[in-house]
This record gives sequence, C-alpha cells and structure tokens, in this order.
Amino acid sequence: MSVADSAHQPNPLPASGERAQSRHARASSHRRIHPFDDESWLGRILLAPAVIYIVALVGFPFFLAIFYSVSDATVGSTTLHFVGLRNYERILHDPTFWRSLRNAIVFTVVSQAFVVVLGKILAMALYADFPGKWAVRFLILLPWVAPISLGSIGWLWIFDPVYSVINWSGRALHLFGPGFWPIWLGQPDLAMASIVMVDVWRLLPLATVIILAGMSSIPQDIHDAAAVDGAGFWRHLFRINLPLIMPIMLVALLFGIVFTFTDLIVVYVLTRGGPFDSTQVIASYAYFTGVQGGDLATGAAISLFLFPVLVVAAIVFLTIAKRSEVT
Amino acid sequence: MATVETRALTKHFDSGNAVDGIDLAVREGEFLVLVGPSGCGKTTLLRMLAGLETPSSGDVLIGGRVVTWLPPRKRDIAMVFQSYALYPHLSVYGNIAFPLQSAGVPRKEVAGKVRNAAAMFGIDRLLSRKPRQLSGGERQRVALARAVVRAPVVFLLDEPLSNLDAKLRTSARDELQQFQRRLGTTTVYVTHDQVEAMGLGDRIAVLDHGRIHQLGAPRDVYHDPADTFVATFIGSPPMNLLEENDVLSGVRPEQLLPPAAFDQGDATVPFPFTVNRIEYLGADRLVYGTLEAPHPPTKVISRLPSTIALPIETGRRYDFAVRERDLKFFDRETGRRMARGT
Repeated sequence: MSVADSAHQPNPLPASGERAQSRHARASSHRRIHPFDDESWLGRILLAPAVIYIVALVGFPFFLAIFYSVSDATVGSTTLHFVGLRNYERILHDPTFWRSLRNAIVFTVVSQAFVVVLGKILAMALYADFPGKWAVRFLILLPWVAPISLGSIGWLWIFDPVYSVINWSGRALHLFGPGFWPIWLGQPDLAMASIVMVDVWRLLPLATVIILAGMSSIPQDIHDAAAVDGAGFWRHLFRINLPLIMPIMLVALLFGIVFTFTDLIVVYVLTRGGPFDSTQVIASYAYFTGVQGGDLATGAAISLFLFPVLVVAAIVFLTIAKRSEVT
Repeated sequence: MATVETRALTKHFDSGNAVDGIDLAVREGEFLVLVGPSGCGKTTLLRMLAGLETPSSGDVLIGGRVVTWLPPRKRDIAMVFQSYALYPHLSVYGNIAFPLQSAGVPRKEVAGKVRNAAAMFGIDRLLSRKPRQLSGGERQRVALARAVVRAPVVFLLDEPLSNLDAKLRTSARDELQQFQRRLGTTTVYVTHDQVEAMGLGDRIAVLDHGRIHQLGAPRDVYHDPADTFVATFIGSPPMNLLEENDVLSGVRPEQLLPPAAFDQGDATVPFPFTVNRIEYLGADRLVYGTLEAPHPPTKVISRLPSTIALPIETGRRYDFAVRERDLKFFDRETGRRMARGT
C-alpha cells in the first residue's frame, strides 16, 4: 500500500473506491481504447467520408480552377506559365461572355419565378385530401428522380423540328394554323423558352416537396383560426400561409437558383448554347471554351464567375431566411 | 347575441359516430359548458358549430338562421383554441386586428378597437410583441382579445385554460366569467375538467360517446344525475354505486356520514362499513371502506369535512348512514335514473 493510499485510512469505504478508480485509470492509460469507443475519434472517423468527398471533388477542383485561371494552361501542352489576370481581362472584353452571363441570369430568374409560383400552387393542391393523393405525389416527384440527361433527351424529342409532339398535337387540335410550325430549339426566343420549360419541369418537384413540407409544419389550428377570423382564400394565402412558409420557400428558391445557374446539362443536350449563343450560359460557355475548345485557362476563369454570384445569393437568402424565422 | 341550436346533429367518422344526433339549444347570452371525457365528441360538436367540421347530417342554427353549410367566416362567431392559435409572424396588434381587417373595418377604426380589446384584458403594453415573446397567460389573453374585438354574436371556447398552470387557471376562470357576464355574449365552452364546468357554466351538458347524457344547471346535474355516467363523471370522488337486487343505489361521498352528523328528525338508512384506508386532505378526510351486511360488500368512499372530528381508524367497523332522501336509484340495465327503489 502506498503512502497516499494510507492517508485515506480513517474513511475506508470511499478510499477503496478511489483506489479502484485509480487502478482503472492506470490500466486504461496502458491499454489503448478502441477508436470507435473514443468519442473524439469516433466523431472524426464519421465525418471523414464527407470531408474527403468535399476536399477531393469540390475543394481540389476549385483551387485547381483558380490556379489554371491565372495561367496559360491548354489541353495540348504539358507546361504552363503564370500570366496574372490576363485571362480575366480578355473575358471581360468578350461579348459572348457578357451574353452568356445575361442568358444565365434570365434563364435562372425566369425559370425560378415559374418554379416558385407553380410549386406553391401544386403544393396547395397536394396538401388537400383526395383519393389517389399518394399516386399523384409519386408521379409529380418522378422528374426529380429521373436522371437529368435522360429527361433532357426526352425533351429533345418533344422539341424535334420535324416530329415535335407539341407541333403535331397543336395541328391535330387545330390550335396551330397551316403556316405555323415553331422550330423550338432553332429560333432564339423559343430556344430560351424551351430550356426554361425543361428546367421548370426538372426543378418543380423538389420545390413542391419542400413547400409541401413547410405547409405541413403549420398547425391546423392556425388555419382554423384564420377561417373563423373571417379570412377568405386570398387573405389567408397572403397574410397567413405565405408569410409562415416564406423561410422554407426561400430555401427552395436558393436550391433552384444554385441548380439552375450552374446547370450545363439541359443547355448541352438541347441547344449546345445555340442558336447564335442565344442560350449560351456561363456553365456551358466555360465547358465549350475550356474542355471542347482546349483553352483550360480561359474556361477556368469563366467558370470562376459563377462563384461570387452564388456566394452572394447564398448569403442573402440565408440572412433573409433567418430574419423571417417565426417560431 | 344570439341563440345557438343543433338539430339531430351527427358527425360520422370511420371509427363510428363522434357526434350522434345531438339536439341542443343554447339560450341568448348563456354560458353553456360541454363537458365529458376525451373522445366524447365535445370538440367535434364545437367545431361543427364553428363551421370547421361539416356535419354528416342534421343542422346548426345561429340566431335562428340555418348555417349548416356556411363557412366559418359567414357565421359571425369567434373561437378560442386550446393552443390559442396566435399567428406567430404577426405582432399582438396584428393578431387582434386580423379579424377586423378581414371584416373590412376601416383602418382608422381598427386601431381604436384593438386598443379597447387589449385594454380589456390588460395587454395594451404588449401590442408590439410577437406571440413567442409572451407567457402562457399573456397568450391566452391575446387569444381572448382577438375573439372579442369583432363583437361576434357567439363565442366558442375550446379548453382555453388547459395550457395554464393551476394557479393561473383559477384567476383566468374568474376573469373569463366576468368578461362574459359583462359582454353578455352567448358562449359555448368545451372542457374535460368538471370543476371548470361546474364553476363556469350557467348550464352544463354532459357528453359521452357523442350523446348528451344530461343538460342542466350545475346544481341539478350534481344533485339529480340523469344516469350512472353523469353520477360518476361529475363529482370527485365520484358517487358510490351499490348493486342491490335489480337496482343501483347511489350515494355521494359527502352524504355518507356518521349518524351524529344528521339532525334528529332526518330519516336515515344505515350503511355500516369497515375502513380500509384514510386520506387526509386538509379540509376533508376521505375514508375508503367496504360495506357490511345488509349491503353487498361494495367498496365505498366517504368524504368527511374537517368539522367532523370523529376519530377513525383503519380496520374498524363504523355505523355510517345516509339520509333517505339523498339516496338515488338507477336502473341496473340501462343506468337511467329511477324514481325510487323497488
């Protein structure tokens, strides 16, 4: 027995407890605890896949893009030199870039306006109880589950200049006159309308489901109270319903903006940015310049213009969402 | 002010009839309480009066007008919900003003009316706060102010006090009754709490399984229960029921007393019993026991006020009694009240 232990002698019971504890502490300092039992390590282990994923697939390409954008990297050369901000300077004098930026903004704003309004209407329809609700909800979610490229190829057929199902249906129903035959993807305005339509089709389900979840979180009593307090449909919608789901609608909108502004697939599959760059957006222009055109440096610089726009959008929306939080 | 009436009102759910052919007439300016255990249909009945629930059959009349198919906003009613259902994104002012704005009251008048309603409930200094910044009692007052501000013809209250703590509930009950008397607005109040029902109601309707078992003044419901359900639901502890021949005899615990407690001239029936347990509650003692011959061995409870100092011990037999006119008789099969024992 050590000197320290004997000091506890007058109170034998707790002393023996402490001895047991200190023995345990000594033992554990020798024997390694399994990492899964150690909370500080377990946390790191569980977070690791997400961190590795983000670093490898988001962080590394991002910094590589910054690096390329200040160099003269091309697909055909193994060497590169630092050229400062020359790539950016050239882009800012490139009318196609400005056109792509404008198109991207129009594409995003118009499609998201449709998505939010239609998503709210659809969510309200699905919120009501009716037979077969489950099946309708399932069908509405389908476009979101389908791969974007497959959906877009389907739309490519729908917009086909010769076989377009829209045109033939329009003619069969006598909606389109004999001289009227829109070339959906071949006329500048119609091409933009077409990619907006496909983007709305693709993002509407997600927005609907998010808004539906927001609506379900409002207690029924609030709706009942509004009904008893004399609110009709529009007053109920604009004074009660919309303000209460505004934070969650902003989240849906933020998702929509990010997905649309950075989208390449719909444009690539349907129009390749044409006709005459009328549907060229930043993401597609960066791809055509950097990958297909081989000018990695300029492509990287163009794609980096997406970044500040998205950061600002994210900050603005998260701030508004936080401010209008209600409960 | 208006009367509220239901005619053979029925609400059918998949599980059965929540409200089963109820005929009810609420008088003008009356405070009527619907009381019953949970699931008895009282809230469904109230929601049908409000127009929040569509009846399966039958009619609702407010002020003599059939409103069965009118939406809530066309019924000129106000409702206070158990959760208060305040609009979380609107200030207290916005909450109270909402019914006025919906009714198209001019902006100038809105401010004055909101202030009056708020002053009535002592919440005028909270007008700029949001509901989440209020205490439970303050929220309840906001809900009441929102209900009275439009001066509706009927108030519907769905357990408005059940989210308050016990102390606050007593004072809120008092205030609620005072403001109802002052406004004189016909009020239908739903609760599962018999103390609230007895204390607040001009008349109370005791419901179970979607039917009204009894409708009457609190005093009548307590002293002249229509059946065994009312006899055991109203009163705490409930009425003692004992089966004798084909009849159920009922005795209120406070009427089962030692013989010394009765006047000389009272005709009494002896109820000897052995004491099993005694609960001391301060103002009262509850004595739990088992009856002795000639009665069947039934468990009974006696409630002795602290003015009766008789020492009582467990395990011993006591000769308690009941005044003959206090005995109630019920049919054993139907549970309905009978004139007298056979």
